[in-house]
Amino acid sequence: MAKIYYDAADLRKFSSITEWSEELGTKFFDYYGKVFEEGALTAREKSLIALAVAHTEQCPYCIDAYTKDSLQRGVTKEEMMEAVHVGAAIKSGATLVHGVQMMKQVNKLEM
Amino acid sequence: MSKKSLKGRNNNLAKAERQLEILSSGIFANGELPTFAEKIKETHQLPIRPQKLEILQLNLGYMCNQVCAHCHVDAGPDRKEIMTKHTMQQCLEVIQKTNAHTLDLTGGAPEMNPHFRWFVEEATKVGIKDLIVRSNLTIIRANKAYYDLPEFFKKHNVHVVSSMPHWTRGKTDKQRGVGVFDTSIQALKELNAVGYGMPGSRLKLDLVYNPSGAFLPGDQLALETDFKKVLHQDFGINFHHLFAITNLPISRFLEYLIASENYEDYMYALVDAYNPAAVKNVMCTNTLSVSWDGWLYDCDFNQMLNLKVSGKHKHISTYNEEQLQDRNIVINQHCYGCTAGAGSSCQGVVT
Repeated sequence: MAKIYYDAADLRKFSSITEWSEELGTKFFDYYGKVFEEGALTAREKSLIALAVAHTEQCPYCIDAYTKDSLQRGVTKEEMMEAVHVGAAIKSGATLVHGVQMMKQVNKLEM
Repeated sequence: MSKKSLKGRNNNLAKAERQLEILSSGIFANGELPTFAEKIKETHQLPIRPQKLEILQLNLGYMCNQVCAHCHVDAGPDRKEIMTKHTMQQCLEVIQKTNAHTLDLTGGAPEMNPHFRWFVEEATKVGIKDLIVRSNLTIIRANKAYYDLPEFFKKHNVHVVSSMPHWTRGKTDKQRGVGVFDTSIQALKELNAVGYGMPGSRLKLDLVYNPSGAFLPGDQLALETDFKKVLHQDFGINFHHLFAITNLPISRFLEYLIASENYEDYMYALVDAYNPAAVKNVMCTNTLSVSWDGWLYDCDFNQMLNLKVSGKHKHISTYNEEQLQDRNIVINQHCYGCTAGAGSSCQGVVT
């Protein structure tokens, strides 16, 4: 049976979203391209940020795309895994910091 | 990593016809991707025609002390094809006749040709401005017969261009063999010691970066900056420029792409990155490649695919510049490798 969800080959078709909404699609890709240009941050730094976010968003297309992009920019495996850990730390931190909310509620509700 | 060439392993991919068959079937035959000819036709760039001949690239033989996983020449210690002194003499005659200003010696390891030193000495007498030797670095440390190569290069003002896929040991050794990184670092230090690659030095030392896998090279200048920073910081090494070269889907790199199931994705990446501006300056427009046995090709890649120049005179012995200037360059799907992104050539990016 053909793959219905998350077919790696679908990434190549990303630009086709423009076909059903040309103006918005074009604006998005122009913006996207601009974001990743060399700026106050280097393109290499942006690639590593994108790689970390790709993992926290759990987007397989983005993970494939920015793993390859990182390799192209000479990023090492160690740097890539550290970036993923930064994403993971923020994700777990974001979960755990809500523990304070839980503690406040408990303290309010309990006698 | 195999220690033998495709030819030594009797692998089908050692045959140019088999490689061309693969490059013309599948995604290119079923219309999923346009052929290179169709693609350049869209921008009215078919046929590709030569401009002024500037670079003569001679392949002195396929013998090499290394068996790199990505080698488009399928070079290795088991390859016996070596340019004879007779063919070298024919090349020297042609060099004197042409206005080419650069002579680019490649291989295999060109230094392993027994007439290499004689040829370099003769070549410096015939008015070449830039004499390039593509040295794999480890040859300098391979055995004591080669230990004086840095001094020899210096004496003849040879421009040394050396491969270095990454500034880390792991990535380098995975592509080029265990121990290659450490030996290359030592060889670079020896070249630096005689003046090669030092800031302001006339002794030119450039590095070549090929991606160590199924991905395209990133921005050449950014990579050069990173290489310079790390090689200097960690090893005190200096060099002048970095050439970022795309791996073309032929020979051992093609074998790797197929075996790792990356072939289709890689071809898609090359076609997606097609840049019409790069077509104008592809190296076949200003370079001519001569094989170890004297045949003429539009480039080193066509040499490996046995696609000789079009026209009647195809051999160095009957070299005819007028006919060569009036030829159409022979193309195939591997040419996408030279037109992707900023373009790629033996001298790095072309845009």
